[in-house]
Amino acid sequence: MSTVITGLGVMAPNGLSSEDYWTATLNGDSGIAPIDRFDTSGYPVSLAGQVTGFEPEELVPDRLMPQTDRMTRMALAAADAALAAAGAGPGTLPEYDMGVATASTSGGLEFGQRELQKLWGKGWQHVSAYMSFAWYYAVNTGQISIKHGMRGPGGVVISEQAGGLDALAFARRQIRKGTPLMVTGGVDGSLCPYGLAIQIASGRLSTQDHPDLAYLPFDHRANGYLPGEGGAILVAEERESAQRRGAPAAGELAGYGAAFDPSPGSRGALVRAARAALADAGLAADGIDAVVADAAGQQDDDQAEADALSELFGPAGVPVCVPKTMTGRLLSGGAALDTATALLALRDQVLPPAINIHPELTDPRLDLVIGEPRETPVRAVLVLARGHGGFASAAVLTRP
Amino acid sequence: MSEFTMDDLRRVMQEAAGENRHLEGDVLDQPFTELGYDSLALLEAAARVERSFGVQIGDDDIADVSTPRDFIQLVNDRLASASV
Repeated sequence: MSTVITGLGVMAPNGLSSEDYWTATLNGDSGIAPIDRFDTSGYPVSLAGQVTGFEPEELVPDRLMPQTDRMTRMALAAADAALAAAGAGPGTLPEYDMGVATASTSGGLEFGQRELQKLWGKGWQHVSAYMSFAWYYAVNTGQISIKHGMRGPGGVVISEQAGGLDALAFARRQIRKGTPLMVTGGVDGSLCPYGLAIQIASGRLSTQDHPDLAYLPFDHRANGYLPGEGGAILVAEERESAQRRGAPAAGELAGYGAAFDPSPGSRGALVRAARAALADAGLAADGIDAVVADAAGQQDDDQAEADALSELFGPAGVPVCVPKTMTGRLLSGGAALDTATALLALRDQVLPPAINIHPELTDPRLDLVIGEPRETPVRAVLVLARGHGGFASAAVLTRP
Repeated sequence: MSEFTMDDLRRVMQEAAGENRHLEGDVLDQPFTELGYDSLALLEAAARVERSFGVQIGDDDIADVSTPRDFIQLVNDRLASASV
């Protein structure tokens, strides 16, 4: 039994659809800009990957507007796009044969912050009744499943930036247990004062105020990462069930592995996760044509990832892609977007570039794709993701 | 004294539930559940009425509300006793 991806929906700082995102990414068009959502004077961080041009009133039913955080609205729009691409919706399969498992980090943080402000500023009577769920981690899973009549297994996975891959694995487990279709992925966003403050407290954000100098993973000048909002929703299906209903497959989730090690600078977990994913896919390292890196943008974690890649593939043994230099790190949306990127690379046989990092200043052990896309045979892509606190996950995507 | 009307309910529901299309026409005696407004929408609407009309409407009282007529009646009862 194998799991294929039949639909993609993307909401990214450099594109509001998978095609727009891919075109922008291949072109090196960045979505990083000064935060204009609120006044950041007084905050050490002023840059982020913001999704611009998103008009929720046009894409989200008006009934859902009072009860949704911005990131849930983006998730709903992305889910609509993914399901449209997969040719699936309410009634495609029996309602208990379709489920939803997304990743989250902090739920509807902007919604929650606003209601907390009302609580303390105006009184409890002003708190929205929808606060009962709109902030909650599982809300994207809930709203997607309700909107599309998917009453099968539902879940949410919280492993920060690794969540996008972990949710995909959760979906695959449900598919193996008998649910033929699972909507998965992650769309995140906490570009509000509270959300920014939380990420700043980690001490791992870049305080540079020029977009060209801020998020520079694997570069000697690495000084932190930038936050972003968005992600991707994917439709995962059991291969034969997808074939029976004529759904086209964009790729296969051939392998997955996860490990956990909170020690700073540790590379053990990432190597274990990657080895497990390769073994699961039945591939040796030389069967991988590209890696989409986690790219923490901090010197110690970058070093640890470069160590891991060097151990797995040998020095400069595989092309390494960091499209998130154009979006920032999207928390639970990040690895989902990286998975979408891998699938697009498999479709078009081209690897996306990283921007801003300098070939002469990056770790010489890594064959980084920088500045220009690289056309090359792509049959299998390894996606790596680390979550704050020690999560490390890996997934292998192959051509359908 | 102020009175709470169907137009007021329509306005409040627009804010509370994001739309009031289903309150158009003669729907006074149709259950909110059939019109598509769930318990949270009613709680939210009640909270807004409390704030803008200065009355108290308990969650238990809202639980007994079934139709727009019930809602309007409840608010007007509260307004009447508040002005006594």
